[in-house]
Amino acid sequence: MTSLHDVPSEVVELDAVHSAPPPGARDEQVSDDADGYRLPPGVRLIRSNLGLFVTPLIVIAGIIALRVYYNSADKIFQDERALDWERNLRPQLEEHLGITLWATVFTIVIAVPLGILLTRPRYRRFGSPVLAVATSGQAIPAFGLLVLAFAWLGRGPWTTIWALALFTMLPVLRNTMVGLEQVDRNVIEAGRGMGLTKRQVLRRIELPLAIPVILAGVRTALVITVGMAALAFLIGGGGLGETISAGLKLSRDLVLITGAVMTALVALSVDWIAALAEKTLRPKGL
Amino acid sequence: MTELQTAPTATDTPGAMIELHGVGKIYPGSSVPAVADLDLAIPEGEILVLVGPSGCGKSTTLRLINRMIEPTSGRIVFDGEDVTAVNPDHLRRRIGYVIQQIGLFPHQTIAENIGTVPRLVGWDKARIAARVDELLDLTGLDPVQFRDRYPKELSGGQAQRVGVARALAADPPVLLMDEPFGAIDPITRDRLQNEFLRLQGDLKKTIVFVTHDIDEAIKMGDRIAILGEQSVIRQYDTPERILAYPVDEFVSDFIGAGSTLKGLNFERVRDLELISDFPVVDVDTARDEAQRRFDASPEKWMLVLDSVGRPHRWVNAGHLADASHPLAEVGAAVNSTVMPNATLHDALEEMLLSNAGCAVVVDERNRYQGVLDIEVLADVLKQLRQQAKKHYDDLAQLDAVDQEAQLQDAEPQ
Repeated sequence: MTSLHDVPSEVVELDAVHSAPPPGARDEQVSDDADGYRLPPGVRLIRSNLGLFVTPLIVIAGIIALRVYYNSADKIFQDERALDWERNLRPQLEEHLGITLWATVFTIVIAVPLGILLTRPRYRRFGSPVLAVATSGQAIPAFGLLVLAFAWLGRGPWTTIWALALFTMLPVLRNTMVGLEQVDRNVIEAGRGMGLTKRQVLRRIELPLAIPVILAGVRTALVITVGMAALAFLIGGGGLGETISAGLKLSRDLVLITGAVMTALVALSVDWIAALAEKTLRPKGL
Repeated sequence: MTELQTAPTATDTPGAMIELHGVGKIYPGSSVPAVADLDLAIPEGEILVLVGPSGCGKSTTLRLINRMIEPTSGRIVFDGEDVTAVNPDHLRRRIGYVIQQIGLFPHQTIAENIGTVPRLVGWDKARIAARVDELLDLTGLDPVQFRDRYPKELSGGQAQRVGVARALAADPPVLLMDEPFGAIDPITRDRLQNEFLRLQGDLKKTIVFVTHDIDEAIKMGDRIAILGEQSVIRQYDTPERILAYPVDEFVSDFIGAGSTLKGLNFERVRDLELISDFPVVDVDTARDEAQRRFDASPEKWMLVLDSVGRPHRWVNAGHLADASHPLAEVGAAVNSTVMPNATLHDALEEMLLSNAGCAVVVDERNRYQGVLDIEVLADVLKQLRQQAKKHYDDLAQLDAVDQEAQLQDAEPQ
């Protein structure tokens, strides 16, 4: 299945993630700093998870900056109305997160089992064609896909959710397949040789060992989804795109910038949560 | 043909734990079998080594036994039960399996790895934990230190110990080992081999061991099956007999040069008749008496023993002629000796190192027992060869009688 590995992008950076020293204070082997002296555990924890500590700070700083900017800006009636928390911003934020969440859930529910199926001996030969279709599907512009979905399913958030789920299927599917294929054959051989059934090997060995790669795919999907959910307003799906659009229509920088910054902060937060999940769900010992 | 053709040593073979009857494997799309019509009896409680050149199908043969590869023909009998068609997963839980790459589960601790099969067959937690500690102890790893580690925190040698412990976990009667020590550095390999043999001395498992290294085969095997293309058995016998009498050119080529030397490892000094008329004198013997004894012997050297009968000096004609020193101080010191339980290989080494070209045999208290020289070794080797040849001649004769009997049986009344 060389074609699996021909597919570039996420998978390449995944390897970098893998070879990075494992996180956590559990592992004594990484405890020594490059200079050779031992660091206190707290410092080690922060150092090895530096990225995880930076994002919340940026998000908090962003929220504060946005508030300061909002409070200090000259506001007209339309601004107040468009940026009303209860009437607009909160429902839009909820829609945005809802779209992201559901689209990702559907993607996982469909792509992970499909990826498992396409790596089983019986269906392996379909793996390459399916990936090829998914890859070329990825080339369709997101906007085009939204419009097609609109034409087919009509207005509303669920149309957006299905369209985005379809659009982000590829990274999850591909990473599921690659994640399962890269499991050391000898480990599977040893498991089968000890009398584990094929199903037990899948559940107890292959899936846990593929989890980091699958999660990386899910994280990619999440990030794509949260960004594209900003386009949901185009087909009546709501989301923070409404505020951006309002800002454009009204030619009001305050509204435009508030919408854009909020979208960015949501995306950052979602990515952070995904990174956290990646860290905690990664099996120990890898 | 009821008698297994491939087990010529049937008379002194313990009961077969596993029998392969005409087992073959032809991969789909291939007309040439990977394993062709193999008959093999694996004696209970012994290590049978399958050895052969790369690609001869020895690993395939091993994997046919636990049906990791499904045979396309033949029958497999495990402990008296035909297992050719039983659920392979259940069969494998009764057979330990160790591979060269070990294949420890990287996301599980050492304890979880070892407990795999016990969990599968439903042992309770306390029993599994106790068994894990017992096995770690048995394989020379400190349970407290190792049970909660992950495989990546182990060295190659430690990982292979865990691999063996995992295979032994549910106490299977049979162990299949596919080049288990192949990827380990020579020093560690040697230690693991020795430890494993010691372990096997207590456990008495039935073991099928695959290797391409004839030296490992000779060291590990109670019996060796030398396999040619398509896993055809070229010779099946004890290491001693294979070394003494390779049945054909393929086998002798495979064993390679030095098989005679290797054979010396299997014979021990205590089983030999020592040279009894070697000239020996006590250290306080008068010089003229010593000279007389030396002259009476055809040997070029004489051994001087100290007051309690331990070998002390080697003396020759020149040393004896030198009257300026007492007998205790002339000649060369006896630096090295062998005990009765030493192998002939050790004895040969001592011979080569000794001035006199002889190995001095002593008892546990270093007292002189006798002397061995190269001629004794040559005689022993000749005898071994003759015995092995006679063994095969007898077998051939038995076979001929057998066939005749069968022919007569087959004749219509």
